[in-house]
Amino acid sequence: MKTIAELIAEQRFFRGLDRDSLDLIAGCGRNVHFAVGQRILTAGEPADAFYLLRSGRAALGFYVPERGTVVVDTLGGGDVLGWSWLFEPYRWQFDADALEPVSGVAFDARCLRDKCEADPRLGYLLTQGFARVMLGRLQSVRLRLLDVYGTGSGTR
Amino acid sequence: MAPVAYRVTSRTRETEDTVTIGIVPVTESIPTPAAGQFCMLYAPRVGEVPISVSGVEASQSRLLHTIRAVGAVTKALCALDVGDVVGVRGPYGTAWGVEAAAGGDLLLVAGGIGLAPLRPVVHEVLRRRRRFRRVTLLVGARSPDEMVFRGEIASWQASARMEVRTTVDYATAAWKGDVGVVTTLIERLTIDPEVTVAMVCGPEVMMRFAAAGVMAQGVAPQRVLASLERTMQCGIRRCGHCQLGGLFICSEGPVLPWSRVAPLLARREL
Repeated sequence: MKTIAELIAEQRFFRGLDRDSLDLIAGCGRNVHFAVGQRILTAGEPADAFYLLRSGRAALGFYVPERGTVVVDTLGGGDVLGWSWLFEPYRWQFDADALEPVSGVAFDARCLRDKCEADPRLGYLLTQGFARVMLGRLQSVRLRLLDVYGTGSGTR
Repeated sequence: MAPVAYRVTSRTRETEDTVTIGIVPVTESIPTPAAGQFCMLYAPRVGEVPISVSGVEASQSRLLHTIRAVGAVTKALCALDVGDVVGVRGPYGTAWGVEAAAGGDLLLVAGGIGLAPLRPVVHEVLRRRRRFRRVTLLVGARSPDEMVFRGEIASWQASARMEVRTTVDYATAAWKGDVGVVTTLIERLTIDPEVTVAMVCGPEVMMRFAAAGVMAQGVAPQRVLASLERTMQCGIRRCGHCQLGGLFICSEGPVLPWSRVAPLLARREL
């Protein structure tokens, strides 16, 4: 059976991280599984972990009165779920539910924050990784604002 | 140059503003189009527009065209009924060259009505599935209701003969696919860049980001093919309406390698 460090080393989010950093991060991780429909995060609740999805799909959504939960993004294998653990007040901003059976690694937020405080280099590497994820999600939202499918399809 | 008369034999509403018509020759027929080529369709008394071929039926004489009603001519074409006659010229332009991808992996990325020109590629690949390794189709649309060929996409997914992922910008409660732009699906793929040919089709903005996403995974720009859309009038490189720099999209395109079009698309004055 693979260790957490070996499992996360295979994932693109941690690509390029040295062995020591991976071991430090893996020390805060545990394997998790979610059944279809199972809630992973709930908006407003403490952001006490972040998740690296190894397989399956999860939906990120927000409850809107009279509309129900509106899905704003879906995440799959290799994606990172949750960054509210990095910033005060450490509360989830969205709900996340498993659309398919999800297997992943959950990282304890307090454990990671403490390690990042103690080792600024690790903190920098991890923050850089999350900044990349946030950049990707921001670009995705910008593309949606551009309404990419609605334009450029001729005028005649 | 004169259009050939074809009769409408089927009309399928794909979305609120998009219709697929099936046409057969009244007498004379045009040569069989290859996947990626387009025809000039003439709506009587209204005008003529270039429309990609979205299907060629086994008889080789029945053609399918998927048309989005955005202007006077396309609205007239979408309003055609079974039994009506339409003028057809062509086929024109370059093809995807599906055979060039044989033996390797094929990645198809479609946005909106961009799935229409790629649909014949899917059909060709499924007919000769063993000639290709991994085949992946990514389809993006604004919403589930605006996704064309929904029933066929579902059957492709069910057949499991290739990987099919669908995504929309705005989901409904019943939607089971992904949510997000189609380009986000690319980074989740494991791509073998040396053997992958990517074919992208959709609005230009989407193709730029899709091509960038595929190339970020190591695929060379000459292995990324895009189908460009420019205003075409004659279809035979006479009028120059479709020119992109020195390229005549009607004859040197619409299917072109990204290595050839990227420098031109980057120039705003073009």
